[in-house]
Amino acid sequence: MYKYDSFDQQMVDTRVEEFRDQVERRLAGKITEDQFKPLRLKNGLYLQLHAYMLRVAVPYGTLNSEQMRMLAHIARKYDRGYGHFTTRQNIQYNWIKLEDAPDILADLATVEMHAIQTSGNCIRNISSDQYAGAAADEVADPRPYAELLRQWSSFHPEFNYLPRKFKFAVIAADEDRAAMRLHDIGIQIVRNDAGEIGARYYAGGGMGRTPMIAPLIREFVPIGELVSYAEAILRVYNRYGRRDNKYKARIKILVHEMGAEKFIEEVEAEFVHLQGQNIDAPAAELERIIAHFEEPAFESGLSEDIDRTDPDFAVWLDQNVDAHKRPGYAIATISLKPAGGIPGDASSAQMDLMADLAEQFSFDECRVTHSQNIVLPHVRKADLYALWQKLDEAGLASPNLDLISDIIACPGLDYCSLANARSIPVAQKIAKRFADIDRQKELGELKLKISGCINACGHHHAGHIGILGVDRKGTENYQLLLGGSGAEDVSLAKITGPGFDEDGIVDAIETVTDVYVAQREDDERFVDTYRRLGMAPFKEALYG
Amino acid sequence: MDNVLRFRDDEVHEEPAVTLDSFFGQSNATAVRLEDGEDARQLIPYLDRLALIEIGFSNFGDGRGYSAARILREHGYTGELRAQGDVLVDQLAFMQRCGFDSFAPEKPIDAADAQTALSRWDNVYQKAADDRTPIWSKRHG
Ligand code: SF4
Repeated sequence: MYKYDSFDQQMVDTRVEEFRDQVERRLAGKITEDQFKPLRLKNGLYLQLHAYMLRVAVPYGTLNSEQMRMLAHIARKYDRGYGHFTTRQNIQYNWIKLEDAPDILADLATVEMHAIQTSGNCIRNISSDQYAGAAADEVADPRPYAELLRQWSSFHPEFNYLPRKFKFAVIAADEDRAAMRLHDIGIQIVRNDAGEIGARYYAGGGMGRTPMIAPLIREFVPIGELVSYAEAILRVYNRYGRRDNKYKARIKILVHEMGAEKFIEEVEAEFVHLQGQNIDAPAAELERIIAHFEEPAFESGLSEDIDRTDPDFAVWLDQNVDAHKRPGYAIATISLKPAGGIPGDASSAQMDLMADLAEQFSFDECRVTHSQNIVLPHVRKADLYALWQKLDEAGLASPNLDLISDIIACPGLDYCSLANARSIPVAQKIAKRFADIDRQKELGELKLKISGCINACGHHHAGHIGILGVDRKGTENYQLLLGGSGAEDVSLAKITGPGFDEDGIVDAIETVTDVYVAQREDDERFVDTYRRLGMAPFKEALYG
Repeated sequence: MDNVLRFRDDEVHEEPAVTLDSFFGQSNATAVRLEDGEDARQLIPYLDRLALIEIGFSNFGDGRGYSAARILREHGYTGELRAQGDVLVDQLAFMQRCGFDSFAPEKPIDAADAQTALSRWDNVYQKAADDRTPIWSKRHG
């Protein structure tokens, strides 16, 4: 894992000081709320329905146990004993007092964490593959490249007042576990025919009101120019992105309106200019960062055997454990989607436990996933049963990874001031309706995603089944969407037709899954059946 | 000129900045003003003879002027580069890094506050239009 040097530490400490000063000026009335707003936003502090929400960055989703314990501590000391892991692989606290915020940031800085640029119209925390460093299919560990970009984008003087927020995802495998092409910039680290490492750049993807899949901008950027190419894209966006309408201000609209070809032309011209500006760090810097992500001391000669005697364990094993690149190891996902729970929520005690388990079983590392779960990336197969027992005791062993109850849901009307409808209760009702794990397994991989409004924080466009909360004449109404995907088979979901009320949407989900079960061929997933048959049979069943 | 915070040693340039349109109509002007979104690259052929370029910020949230400033510096402009308009103390450090060396905020900024803001960061992560050495360069001597 990356470890701060004195420079990194000093940057974070200075930010704490600066923010303390800004909060003091605000509390003393020296700056207006309007002036303070962009400053607090750049530190991840939002004003929500009931209180301030603080979003803490988890760069590329990676945490060590000390950091996870700090997250637990913050939940306990400054919040109500809970934190909420987000689709950006971050964590949010929903009940924060403004005057506590500087102390929280100071606490975070002691474990090399921060809330820098977790909101506001700037480059946000960079997300990545939660299986980085553990997956067999990766060209390289993507995180060093994300870290290089993290440093470059932190306090970038030119790009702190962009037209709108800006999100990067960096992956290094063909299997996309990070919804890479639904980001403002998506980067896939690749190897070219000559065997050199480079970056494949996509730009102009995103969800929100106008979902778009990012087009390919450049097949191969030499790795030594990773940063200057990003700089070129950002500069074109900063100069030409729309500022007249915040709903049309994301880079996807610019790429769309300008046309990908013209956009690429502009970026390439800017890139040529920037190549003369000495913007990229030398190779030694990337090497320094890569060295931090050196593999842990994996043992060899480990047993591949797993004792499946305990049937509950076997269910979890089959569903929540994935192949690791090393023999004798596995990747285990801790589901934060217990039946009836709030997707992505974890209590302080659960966070402490996950920290202990990461320390004991996974070389001190865990990961936050964009589906709001936690991954222990490097677990010995021989330890899986012991791990599961501890998870089970703590209510963290739901065997539902990628099943219908592994729901992504945004905070919705329970917390968010922009919401049209509640997301969490709908997620809970669906999870309850499909509580039977055998039934869930029968339905197979089914990614269900719920947003409480058109801003799409719950990624409903990318759901095999998506739900969008809308406001219909003052009552909460839910639209149903089918056929999206945030994976390498990326696609945008389509609306089935008129929306449903809260109970109606749960019935509607059951209706479309019944159609799937009746019509599927072989081991088709829900989304494959939908792609083969199209909308018609689902529509017919829903609206007759 | 009372509110101008200036970080240059040369003489204050007295000629008022003209709009981009009148600059192109009036071949001898030595000071010009760019509004949000006007293309800084149009000035590239004239950078030698310009002594002052003023970039307007109609709203502090509109960051186009940061790119304009850096582009001018990257193309070799060495004259005064002034940020005018909705310029707030918390933006000064970023502006300076993008090449601005004078500030004409609509609402006056206390000189001491400005100094604090500008001297807060001992180090920077990236190369920009100022002469600061990025952290990556310090790391590798
Ligand atoms: S999708 Fe809408 S309701 Fe949900 S968190 Fe985002 S803004 Fe709030």
